[in-house]
Amino acid sequence: MSEVKKIATRQSYGNALVELGKEHDNLLVLDADLANATKTDTFKKVFPERHIDCGIAEANMMGIAAGLSTTGKVPFVSTFAMFASGRAFEQVRNSIGYPHLNVKIGATHAGISVGEDGASHQANEDMALMRTIPGMVIINPSDDVEARAAVKAAYEYEGPVYLRFGRLAVPVINDRPDYKFEIGKGVVLKEGTDVTIIATGLCVNSALEAAEKLAADGISAQVVNIHTIKPLDEELVVACAKKTGKIVTVEEHSVIGGLGGAVCETLCAKAPTPVLRIGMQDVFGESGPAAALLAKYKLDGDGVYEQVKAWV
Amino acid sequence: MTILELQKMANEVRKGIVTGVHSAKAGHPGGSLSSADVFTYLYFQEMNIDPKNPKDPDRDRFVLSKGHNAPGYYSAMAHRGYFPVEDLVTLRHLGSHLQGHPCMQHIDGIDMSSGSLGQGISAAVGMALAGKMDQKSYRVYTLLGDGEIEEGQVWEAAMFAGHRKLDNLCVIVDNNGLQIDGKIEDVCSPYPIDKKFEAFNFHVINVADGNDMQQLADAFAEARTVKGMPTAIIMKTLKGKGVSFMEGQAGWHGKAPNDEEYAIAMADLEKVGEALCQK
Repeated sequence: MSEVKKIATRQSYGNALVELGKEHDNLLVLDADLANATKTDTFKKVFPERHIDCGIAEANMMGIAAGLSTTGKVPFVSTFAMFASGRAFEQVRNSIGYPHLNVKIGATHAGISVGEDGASHQANEDMALMRTIPGMVIINPSDDVEARAAVKAAYEYEGPVYLRFGRLAVPVINDRPDYKFEIGKGVVLKEGTDVTIIATGLCVNSALEAAEKLAADGISAQVVNIHTIKPLDEELVVACAKKTGKIVTVEEHSVIGGLGGAVCETLCAKAPTPVLRIGMQDVFGESGPAAALLAKYKLDGDGVYEQVKAWV
Repeated sequence: MTILELQKMANEVRKGIVTGVHSAKAGHPGGSLSSADVFTYLYFQEMNIDPKNPKDPDRDRFVLSKGHNAPGYYSAMAHRGYFPVEDLVTLRHLGSHLQGHPCMQHIDGIDMSSGSLGQGISAAVGMALAGKMDQKSYRVYTLLGDGEIEEGQVWEAAMFAGHRKLDNLCVIVDNNGLQIDGKIEDVCSPYPIDKKFEAFNFHVINVADGNDMQQLADAFAEARTVKGMPTAIIMKTLKGKGVSFMEGQAGWHGKAPNDEEYAIAMADLEKVGEALCQK
């Protein structure tokens, strides 16, 4: 396993911003005293005049981004997911979402894989919050390849986008020549017949590992990567439900309101199907190494395998 | 326009406020009336704008951070030619472009949606920053309530604007002294307002009577000369100005006049208009 390339999607974010910044003069990056952590310092080194540090004031940063966007700038507002979606929720809702402004929110350090900082900094609610804002696109990429593609797609899309990135270095799983990213289009990574595991973010890799173990037990699991939480690829979700009859969702997020919530909302209306929601079970996280936390909360390959095996 | 012409226009703007709020049976007349003169001065004298070209990238910008003063904002915009004055009676009605609080997607010429207090100033700061980055000469104006500045975000924005020396930004505080729950000094005093903005590296202009067109003209002329720092114009105003029974009454912050009260209000304003015509 040691030869598997790993990179944190927050670093992919910083790298992608530099590449896009070279092509587009109107791309700006805003930060709230976290450039080192959000990896926008990568952009700052190349384009210091287009990197705007707003200080520790996320609410104001969202408003500044809104104002900038009305003049044709494309601001990427960067901070931790906790502050982007939580502290500044109402600014995102009223100053960006309501006027449907062309602001991109780069939210890093999402989920419990933040690790040692503990529950105060582990945003397990951000996708749920952002999903409630009409017109907001939410993308939760699974690896470096997808994260970079998502940043580019977000720039090209006209309207508000919430991009969710992680702190932890995660395996590159999408490095293949035919990889294509399209907002709102889920990806079937593995065909199966007994159950579909729909995963997002770093949990896509957990789902792939779990599917391998399930196969050894004679359980054929289909694996789907949903990188766009909103708009959800409802067509694919319904097709999976009809094909395998059972759905499992896996996310590094509360089981309330995120991927699991979105999938259940779709299925109860369009194809009622039993769903097992794997994620944070309405609890706060805690301090510890990221890998240990993912194991404790059963979001790694073994954890997903155990839960699916016990349920199907 | 001359000062007298501006005064007459402000009186027409006031009639539009009272008419709109009466028709809506809801809305915020008190603050709209206290800021009617500054709306008029900005839209008829100060700002470089063209209602026929509302998206001109070089235009001056205005953000109504105290978004509940939409009736005053709409009335000034209508009289300036952004949309028909007759539309004011559709204020807050289902299907109207005149939403309860300003919405930029409904009306070309509204530079930023607002309504949730403390947020508009940040957007104005963003517009001013973009102007500096692009070396444009446009100016950005934003109107805040004296109660609104109790919001912490206002001071985040002020800190940033002062730090970035945004001298193309002009923050106006409508200091009518009243908020929903009473006098601002009783609720949670923001005084001294001028010293606070000075501490955030603003050039501060105190206007003794923000319902006096000449004093407004002097203040905005001074603001234009300021280099290297943003300007804050703190203007003392009278809430409900121009309508006898609304003046100085916190109760008229967010209440509509009934038919009888509407008749009295319009008669008050007609009298003011007649007096101005004698000048």
